[in-house]
Amino acid sequence: MRHPARAGVAGGDLVSAQPRVATEAWPETYGDEAKPRMGFFTDTSVCIGCKACEVACKEWNQVPEDGLLFTGDSYDNTGRLGADTWRHVAFIEQDRPLRVGGEDGDGEPFRWLMSSDVCKHCTHSACLDVCPTGAIIRTELGTVVVQEDICNGCGYCVPACPFGVLDKREIEDDGRVWKCTLCYDRTREGMTPACAQACPTESIQYGPLDELRERAAARLGKVVEDGFAGARLYGEDPDDGVGGFGAFFLLLDEPEVYGLPPNPVDTTRDLPEMWRAAAVAAGALALGTVACLLGGRR
Amino acid sequence: MTGELHTEGYYGRPIVRPPVWKQEIAWYLFTGGLAGGSSALGLAARATGNRPLARSTTLIAAAAVTASPALLIKDLGRPERFMNMLRVVKPTSPMNVGTWILTAAGTAAGTAAACEVADVLPRVRALAQGVAGLLGPALATYTAVLVSDTAVPVWHEARRELPFVFASGAAASAGAAAVILTPGASAGPARRMMLAGAAGELASTTVMERRLGDLGEPYHSGKAGMLARVAKGATAAGAALGAVAGRRPLLGRMAAGLVLGGAVAERFSVFRAGFQSAEDPRYVVMSQRDGG
Repeated sequence: MRHPARAGVAGGDLVSAQPRVATEAWPETYGDEAKPRMGFFTDTSVCIGCKACEVACKEWNQVPEDGLLFTGDSYDNTGRLGADTWRHVAFIEQDRPLRVGGEDGDGEPFRWLMSSDVCKHCTHSACLDVCPTGAIIRTELGTVVVQEDICNGCGYCVPACPFGVLDKREIEDDGRVWKCTLCYDRTREGMTPACAQACPTESIQYGPLDELRERAAARLGKVVEDGFAGARLYGEDPDDGVGGFGAFFLLLDEPEVYGLPPNPVDTTRDLPEMWRAAAVAAGALALGTVACLLGGRR
Repeated sequence: MTGELHTEGYYGRPIVRPPVWKQEIAWYLFTGGLAGGSSALGLAARATGNRPLARSTTLIAAAAVTASPALLIKDLGRPERFMNMLRVVKPTSPMNVGTWILTAAGTAAGTAAACEVADVLPRVRALAQGVAGLLGPALATYTAVLVSDTAVPVWHEARRELPFVFASGAAASAGAAAVILTPGASAGPARRMMLAGAAGELASTTVMERRLGDLGEPYHSGKAGMLARVAKGATAAGAALGAVAGRRPLLGRMAAGLVLGGAVAERFSVFRAGFQSAEDPRYVVMSQRDGG
């Protein structure tokens, strides 16, 4: 109910109340089976760009090869998240001083930013909202998973995701959409996802979201104290456009530097407004049609 | 490298992923509008006793509504799972809602046409025609909600205008198709609908592009820009010719052909603009940093 001022319009209450139901019903819909919401905290300040997360993810989830390309973009030959890439390590080269032990390093100003990107498992998931088959679900752990036996490859979730995470797998006539499951087969058994397990610096941390948020706030304090002025948490705020991420980040610069949207929103938030506009347009079409029949005789 | 607005993003790569939809979806945006507009016009014609017009529009609606699911299913990654859309009723998914609208409107329009052709079951035909006609405007406009409910800036930020673009495009297409297939003496209402729809299409696209501001650039560049110019040119020329042609059959039908072509180009322009908008990270950053 983000448009309370407009809720009084005819039918508005009904329409505007519905879109939120699907995503906010969790965890009640699971009853006794609901578990604490689990997620990732990816602390990019300690990422060393080893790509162990990418490899571990591929191995565990048996994700097909995503192309052997040389991009020329720093050490990133993975490119971006996609149907066959569920973890993606970004490499950014900046002409800013490297900070070592709380001081600017000597020599020419140059630093790396490295960050392991992943599905954000949003609180308000646009992909889950728009999925016409119900293939995309929220698990008892609060994570977002595509059921591959239901997905019919309509592709609606692909442009709906504000992060461009979901993608259609075109190889082997698959035709379905795939993304990070937060290793649902592992996490439902109480195990750690493959990427977090493999990460050698604990840049990727897995755990109950509440705990991760506390840990991240403390870590941010330390990083800022060490003089990283651009450091910030990204996606930890439950009041942002997607209700906070289940997999959030500590970044050292603006989100768009990492290829992330600065202010992502779940587009379904605006659905009541869209249906109202469509209803007015449909009404105009109906009235206009009648007018064409009644008006004049030629 | 570290300027104020990072419109380059990450090596210029898209932030939002461009749609994976193929041309079939752009054609469906047109056929859905044509079917919806024709069904509405058919019901109105029947109610006012214009039988020739009622007949032609009923058949047009049936043809367009038959093509629609075929186009949609062809675009699915798993066509055999089309029915999965009907395993749930899901108000948060415009595609799910639309599939139900299309299923109901399509069944009704098909039934009405079958009864019309076979000249049987007048009451069933009347009921089917009523259902199809009432659902027609919904069928013609829900697709605007469908594309607006994405993270694609040029679609999402036009969410208040797109339904009017699609509704007027549907009126123009339905009117034009009926002008072509209806005897001149009975085609007056179709002519008026074509002209009103064409005028509405030109007006609503202009308003949409103006309100989008810089985010509307795709409508002025590349493929989408070219299609937008073709759409405006053909629609304007068709409307002008239609206005002076009156009942003259050949000129009238040429005008209708231009308006139909314009409506097709308009839908393809909107479709392509979405790709161009998503492919350039600049638009995502602009729409989110300006408080959009």
